[in-house]
Amino acid sequence: MASQATPQASPPASPQAIAVLTRLLEARTGQQLASARAWRIDTALRPLMRLRALETLDQLVHLLLGGQEAALSDQIVDALVNNETSFFRESPVFDSVVEATTALEGEGRRARVWCAGCSTGQEPLSLAMLFAERRDKTGRGMPEILGTDVSEGVIHRARQGRYSQFEIQRGLPIRRAVTWFDGDASGEWIAKPELLRHVAYRPLNLMGEGWPIGRFDVILCRNVLLYLSAEAKALMFTRFAEVLRPGGLLVLGAGETVIGQTDRFQPSARVRGFYEPVVGGGRAVA
Amino acid sequence: MKTCLVVDDSKVIRKVARHILETLNFAVSEAADGREALDHCMATPPDVILLDWNMPVMSGMEFLRALRESSIADKPKVVFCTTENGMAHIRAAIEAGADEYVMKPFDRDTLESKLQIVGMA
Repeated sequence: MASQATPQASPPASPQAIAVLTRLLEARTGQQLASARAWRIDTALRPLMRLRALETLDQLVHLLLGGQEAALSDQIVDALVNNETSFFRESPVFDSVVEATTALEGEGRRARVWCAGCSTGQEPLSLAMLFAERRDKTGRGMPEILGTDVSEGVIHRARQGRYSQFEIQRGLPIRRAVTWFDGDASGEWIAKPELLRHVAYRPLNLMGEGWPIGRFDVILCRNVLLYLSAEAKALMFTRFAEVLRPGGLLVLGAGETVIGQTDRFQPSARVRGFYEPVVGGGRAVA
Repeated sequence: MKTCLVVDDSKVIRKVARHILETLNFAVSEAADGREALDHCMATPPDVILLDWNMPVMSGMEFLRALRESSIADKPKVVFCTTENGMAHIRAAIEAGADEYVMKPFDRDTLESKLQIVGMA
């Protein structure tokens, strides 16, 4: 009689392996993985390990450092980046963005909105739905909406506009789901072309050299900066201030603020909870 | 404390829904079919109803139509919670007066999100 194999948990990763992985993530994206969230590493990288029949994170790091797989470091960064998102996350923000954009639009000038760190696209699509509803109600044109993310994998998914039943049910009212999405036989929901075409997606590393994407009226960068070091945050604020048009606004996540982080932005007097560049600001707070 | 009536012929689903709803601070009552639910609503209208589609005696759709024609027509918010996930079913439910729609299987986040959308969480 054959003995039955007992499933065993993989041995814990060495501190050296964890250090290599967290340094790679920070060097590429500026994101820091707090030690309290180190448990995520094993879970996030498990599919990559399984593909290569590897049993431990140390083996994966060995392969990474060996340099035989050129794409491996990109795949590891893609897997480690936190892609948590949902439709209409912190929903009042979206109405405020539409109102603020409407106030900023000049006669005949098309506004530009940037979702920085858009993950799989729920945030820009939520905005596209609201702007399309505004268009249908008032005849005003659609703004240009850009969604960017450091992960090419999530940008690829965002461009497809396909969402699982679980994803479509998080935050999206059912009337909007049936208006703007089609169901398919596999149970997935697909954004209709007339919605999807209003969002342009591009992979973009916020820490990378230059942002060749033009200037914006509103920038949403929500729940991204909280993973960055103080230095990386200061750099982001400086660069956001440079690509905002006069009167432009920055939108952060509910748990994020500019206060004590930079002198480039201040709370907006026009829109509660949003931020605007400080005229003449330029010194980052360390 | 807000009140929620869970209408489902499955005791297991009622138990799971009750557990989630209680963690969201709802006072929960239960009904096993549409008729029982309608009687409950006439006596004590809840703030929100979590409603299955296929049930004996009176289906979820029959219940919803009867509720929306009753004297408490607009009082409770109705969230369908069903395995009927096709677009035709969803459209029919909205047309009959459902406020939201949860496709089974569901989890706490999904239910909380839908209750927020109808202003109940």
